[in-house]
Amino acid sequence: MELLIQIIETTAATVLDVIPIIVILFTFQALVVRKRPANLRRIVFGFFYVLLGLSLFLVGLEQALFPIGKTMASQLTDPDFLGIAKGAAVHWRDYFWVYVFAAAIGFSTTIAEPSLIAISIKAQEVSGGTLKAFELRIAVAIGVAVGVSIGTYRIVSGTPLQYYIMVGYALVIVQTFLASKTIIPLAYDSGGVTTSTVTVPVVAALGLGLASSIPGRSPLLDGFGLIAFASVFPIVSVLGYDMLTTWLRQLSNNKGKEGKDES
Amino acid sequence: MPKSLKQFLKLLVGAIRDLSPIVIVIVIFQTVIFRQPFPNLEAILIGLICVVLGLTLFVQGLEMGLFPLGEALSEAMTRKGSLVGLIAFAFVLGFGTTVAEPALIAIAAEAGEIAGQAGAIENSPESKTDYSFWLRMTVALSVGCALVVGVFRILVGWPIQYFIIGGYIIVVIMTNFAPPEIVGIAYDSGGVTTSTITVPLVTALGVGMASTIRGRNPMLDGFGLIAFASLSPMIFVMIFGIVF
Repeated sequence: MELLIQIIETTAATVLDVIPIIVILFTFQALVVRKRPANLRRIVFGFFYVLLGLSLFLVGLEQALFPIGKTMASQLTDPDFLGIAKGAAVHWRDYFWVYVFAAAIGFSTTIAEPSLIAISIKAQEVSGGTLKAFELRIAVAIGVAVGVSIGTYRIVSGTPLQYYIMVGYALVIVQTFLASKTIIPLAYDSGGVTTSTVTVPVVAALGLGLASSIPGRSPLLDGFGLIAFASVFPIVSVLGYDMLTTWLRQLSNNKGKEGKDES
Repeated sequence: MPKSLKQFLKLLVGAIRDLSPIVIVIVIFQTVIFRQPFPNLEAILIGLICVVLGLTLFVQGLEMGLFPLGEALSEAMTRKGSLVGLIAFAFVLGFGTTVAEPALIAIAAEAGEIAGQAGAIENSPESKTDYSFWLRMTVALSVGCALVVGVFRILVGWPIQYFIIGGYIIVVIMTNFAPPEIVGIAYDSGGVTTSTITVPLVTALGVGMASTIRGRNPMLDGFGLIAFASLSPMIFVMIFGIVF
């Protein structure tokens, strides 16, 4: 019963969030396009599914994943758990499990991220199937895993955020010249879609937990920045994925040619 | 088996596959690292069922409603050659979907807190609320402008990397001039602006335009709007930090 109330409440909140979007869409449809969209019934049902689906998704996350994910994040950053004596100097190696957890949770929450699912479905469709939706998502998730893990190291070591982001940018710029033209816009996009519904709450809890448990770090100043890591590194990993597949294809093509020459 | 049911089951299996990594990570950490039992297992299981069902419905609705409507709208406006319509649509969509974004409201409130403590503004509730309100408006404005620039890029067909690399250079330069307490917030605000419903719509807008205009490749020109929407808030928020 409580669950049902929660579902209804969340649905109401989601509808409230979506009303501006619906108003915009229908205003432009009526004023600029001035035509009834084809399949209006189907579209309305689609909207209904999206709203209900997103609400169920959020309620479920709130019930099942967020409490335990957040508890884990705060337990992991507790000096007692890590075996750090009170008042002892913090050594970055003491936080081994934090890096592992950051990578694991970054990867797995990204795989379940609905907006990434949406964009990879579109990419597979537009590319005519040459780009596989699931492979793209794995590439993005690896980027988030590496990014969040480095991000927690930054909080532990207390080094400035901008240096890391600049190195990330430098990598992206170099890779842009080396990767295939068609992947570039999609790779840039994947940086923005990785961090929404599922990833942000758990990752933010990890950042805040770390920043408040390490002496000398301020949760307000150092707790931020993890999301930025999760937005830059997927670009690197998607461009890297493209470079890797191109290279593998060339390798197998060359082998094929050599085989023919011999026969 | 009817076709729609088969489709639904296929999506359901996909949703289960998408969620299994989270479940595996949490189970391993809870049992091997923490060596603790699961608190209220029942709630967790019910929650997981909700998550799987929700994701299935979302993906189904995406392909029935959000993608087709977004694409139909942008195709119709592109075909009519309604430049004003397209640009107005891009701006309103960017501004309207960002201004009420819950993640942004949360981050803006926190930023007001930081600014108050750092002494950048008066440490009173009113000035903090003021600060977060204008920060939110700044970010929403930046996303609106970003989509306008992105739509313009699709119309003229220029390569995206010039814009994005140029944007990166501006971010790096601005970082040296912005007050240090705003830098982390600025960098994070780029990631939180694009919500789960905005992303499919914006993607459909770009792909719809690029497949309607002759000579544009949807893969090369259709994607990239989200990238603009995640880059420009960083620049705008740092300007905000310098000015405010």
